[in-house]
Parts: sequence; C-alpha cells; structure tokens
Amino acid sequence: MCGIAGLIHKGKSSLVGFEMTQMLQALKHRGPDSTGYAVYGNEVNDLVMRLKIAEAEDMQRGSGIYAELDRRINQVDSFIDEHGVKVTKKDKINDYSYRYEFSFNGDLGKLAEHIEEVNGAEILSVGKGLELIKDLGDASDVSNAYGLNSFKGTHGIGHTRMATESDVDIRSAHPYWAFPYNDVSVVHNGQITNYWIMRRQMEKKGHRFTSNCDSELLAVYTAHNLSLGTSLENSLKQSIEEIDGVFTYLVATKDQLGMAKDTMAAKPLVLYESDDLIAMASEEVAIRAILPQEIDTSDPYDEEVRVWQA
Amino acid sequence: MASITENELKSMIQEERVKALGMTSEQLTGRSMFMEFDPGETERFEYPWAPQVDFNKRTELDTADMTSTEVNSEIRNLMSKGYGTIVLKNPRGKHSLAVGILSKLNLIIEGSTGYFGVGLIDGPNVRVNGRVGWSCGENMMSGTVLIEKNAGSTFGAAIRGGDLVCKGSVGSRTGIDMKGGTIIVGGDTGALSGFMMQRGRMIVCGNAGKNLGDSMYDGTIYIGGEIKSYGVDAVEAELTQLDKDWLHRKLKQYGLLPSKGVDHFTKVVAGKQLWNYDNLEPTEKKLIL
Repeated sequence: MCGIAGLIHKGKSSLVGFEMTQMLQALKHRGPDSTGYAVYGNEVNDLVMRLKIAEAEDMQRGSGIYAELDRRINQVDSFIDEHGVKVTKKDKINDYSYRYEFSFNGDLGKLAEHIEEVNGAEILSVGKGLELIKDLGDASDVSNAYGLNSFKGTHGIGHTRMATESDVDIRSAHPYWAFPYNDVSVVHNGQITNYWIMRRQMEKKGHRFTSNCDSELLAVYTAHNLSLGTSLENSLKQSIEEIDGVFTYLVATKDQLGMAKDTMAAKPLVLYESDDLIAMASEEVAIRAILPQEIDTSDPYDEEVRVWQA
Repeated sequence: MASITENELKSMIQEERVKALGMTSEQLTGRSMFMEFDPGETERFEYPWAPQVDFNKRTELDTADMTSTEVNSEIRNLMSKGYGTIVLKNPRGKHSLAVGILSKLNLIIEGSTGYFGVGLIDGPNVRVNGRVGWSCGENMMSGTVLIEKNAGSTFGAAIRGGDLVCKGSVGSRTGIDMKGGTIIVGGDTGALSGFMMQRGRMIVCGNAGKNLGDSMYDGTIYIGGEIKSYGVDAVEAELTQLDKDWLHRKLKQYGLLPSKGVDHFTKVVAGKQLWNYDNLEPTEKKLIL
C-alpha cells in the first residue's frame, strides 16, 4: 500500500511544493518509509539536474564517508567537465544531495550514464522545469530538509512509500525520472506482475534500471514510448494492455499530468476537477488537506486514462 | 465415527447419516435469515449495550479538528446522553467515521467521508450530503444509508441487510460478497459489481462495467442502463411484474425513479452452473451418498 498524489493548476503558478507536502502528509499512513516529489516550476533556460551520491544509510558508516563523498562529487564534476557541460549553479542540498543548473547541447543519456559510473551516484532527474526530490521520512521531514514549501510551479506528483517489493532506500523511492527524458516523472501504487519479462524487454532495447523496484519499469516504459513519438495519452492506454498486475500510476511531463488505472481498478484514486485546478490522490483526505471546503469528487473506473494540460 | 459401522451407515436415511458423521443437516434455501432470529426471543433483536435515544434530541458536532477515533467516541458519548439526531460537520474525508453503531440513530454527515464510512452498523438512518470513499457501509446489518453524491469502490461490501443508497455513481466491485439487504445506485457502477454476491438485491439505474455478477452464488441485480459484459455464471432472467412493482416502490422511495419507468431494467441472476451454494462438497457427497 503506497500513497500517490498529483495536482495541476491550469494556466497559473502556485505554491505546489507546499500543496504537495500537505497532500502527502495526509497520506503518511499509507507509507511512512520514504516520500518523494516531482514538482514542476517555471521553465528555465538551463537544465536542472538533481543528483544523489550516496544513500541516507551510508552516512552511518563513520567519518571516512565524508572524504569518500568529497571524492565522489569531485569525480562527478570532472566527468561533467569532460562532456563540455557549462555549470551555471551548483548547490549542495545535504551531505549526499546536489542540485546543478547547467547548459548542455550534447547527448544527455551518455552524460547521465557517465556520471552514474561514479560509485553511489544516481541522477534523480534532469529537466527544464522538473525538480525531483526523494528521501527517507515523511512529507514534512523531506519538505523541510529540501526547502520545498516555498517552491512555486504549475503541477506536481508525489508518493509516500510503503516498501513491499524492494528495500527502504532512496534508490527504490518514487517518483522515478523517465531516464534520459527531460521533465518526465512517474509515481505508482500497486504491483506489476510481469515486471521481469517487461524489464528484460526494455533492457534489450538499451534502457537502464537503477533499482529492483517494479515502479521503475513504468518510468522506463513511458520514456521508451515517448522516444518513439507516442503521445502521453497513447502510452498510458498502451500500458494497460501490456503491463500486468494491479496499478494506478501518474505521469507528469513539463506541461501535462496523466493517470492510468489497471483493468481491475484494484488500486484507489480519487479525482477532483475544477476549471483551474485538478487534484488526485489515493484518498480523499489528501485532497481535503488543500481544499477544506465541500467539493465534488469521483473515482476513475477500470482502464481509465486521463491527461490534463497545465 | 469409529463406533458406526459401514452397514449401520448404509441403513440410515441421508439426514441421519449426515448427523452421524458430524456434519450439519441444515439445508440452505437461499433464505438464511430463518435461522438467525427467533421472533420468540425478543432480547435478540436488541443489543444489551445499545443506548435508548430520542430522535427529537438533536446536536451538532464539528469534526474539523478531531481524529476519526475521537469522533466515533463522541458519537457514542452523545448517544449515551440520549441524543437521537446527530449532525457531523466538516468531516473532510476522514476514514472510518460513524462505524459500529448498533442502535437506532438519525445521523446526518454534512460533507464527505473517507474509507470504511458507516461500516458495521445495525439500525441507524444515515444521510451523507457529500461523497463517500471505498467500502462504505461494509458489513451493515440493518438501517438506511443515503449518499447524495458519488461513492468509491466496494460500496456495500458484504452487507447483510438494510438499504444502502447512493444517488450518484459508484466505483468498482459494488456489493462484493453481499449477503442480504438492498444496494441502490442512481448512476453507474464499475467493473465486477456483485462479485461473489450471495444474497440480496442490487439496483443500478445507470450502466454497469465489465464482468457484472462474476461468480455470483445467488441474489438479484437490476441494471437500468447498459451492461459492458457479464461475469462468469451471471445470466439474464425475465423481469416479472413482481420485480417491476418492487423496483418501482424502492426507487420512488428514494426519489430515483427514472422518468421512463422501470420496464427497461435488465434482471441478472446466478446461472448456478459454476457453483451451487446449497450443494455439498464433492468429498462430502462421496461419504454420504
């Protein structure tokens, strides 16, 4: 049982970081292991990269870890230089998380693969609007640690995780970035039963997996479809045919938010739609955290696919 | 069993044989309520801990800053003071609200509830002005629950009695495992509605999703709109005049009677080819017959 939530403002920015925190905190009981956000701010000219160079639990390994982390980040920086990336801003968020702003015209996939050769390094996201943040703990812990409450943007998706299929670590936390696609992220609640078959198919096509979490497949699958020129809506529809199991998942791109529900409608989602705001979550209590007034909500049916434009 | 010889068993009639083998001789007929209450035993109709309340004594409870547990405790506390009409304000999608109420009560929820709302109830009349989440009215025994807006999936799971009414549309698996009572839906219902339904009746004025009545044992489903597909062993049956009269009365009672009447409803029952609830298991048959 995990909790997923998403919201999209039509044609205006809002404090989506704060709103997502309120929603995810209300879903804490569905999964207290880790919390993740993929929030979309106003598009910038440079690319924004979120990177982690260690797991939270690695920090318990004694003082030697700090020297090791310095070594890792220096190595990342040297690889970035090698590819001719022009870094305009670099922020150290905490001991193991960094945020880069850079301009780059080369092959993003190759750059990302090179950076991930560094031990413990994983690129959480790259995009012009997307900021993907995930860590252990509940929504208010993560939001405070990463300063999300003041984040302004148009839309976002989030996840509170109860680990069932894989470990409690950042690697297996959601959302997943649709590597190496700019600005595409996925959150998922459910179990995918043909994960290994689909994973092998995707690996044969050259896609990389960083974890054993079945939800990562949805991000890779979506990235693959988008790379073939498939629209987000068609990719979501196709996934219901091709992916087995019980699932409800949300996909966000730089200006869209989509949802898909499996053939059994076994995983919950409550939907609220108005002219300027669309909000959805595993439980109504999350939507009510940002909209305390009486509102009309509904449950999407089985095999339902929806896409909204920011 | 060891004391009974095979010859003795053979000389017995079937019912004696069943008893001798330690099996039940109850023949389920599709109306198990016969066995549950003896009208002679009046005390069985009331729970000894159910408070006596007065419908004319009314109070309001603002639940905005309360947890579900606190709200449910407060409802019990108010009932013990004799309040028979309780209005819950600002429920804001809280889970498990107003569960386990085992006596008469007039409860009005001004807003929406989360999962497992008004579950395990026996007796109260509940009206929800908003929407309800998954598993509303689960295991309800009697009473009336009226939802003004939409409801989530597994609406009325395993209910045994009473009327559970949603004026809007409901999610999937409506009336899963229901064992009695009536579920009425003004709008549409999702996939696998009436899944493994055992008894009771379900009326849906709108459309039904795929696999309607899958693996149902017994009971009746009435659909006013289109049926996407039938589940295993669910079959269409003739809509009799008795059905029509009953549908008319029930729908009128809740203001859901369609303008074109009830003649267009489709009646769905169990084909009883897959599994017969009243039959013995094959191993039991072998022993006895």
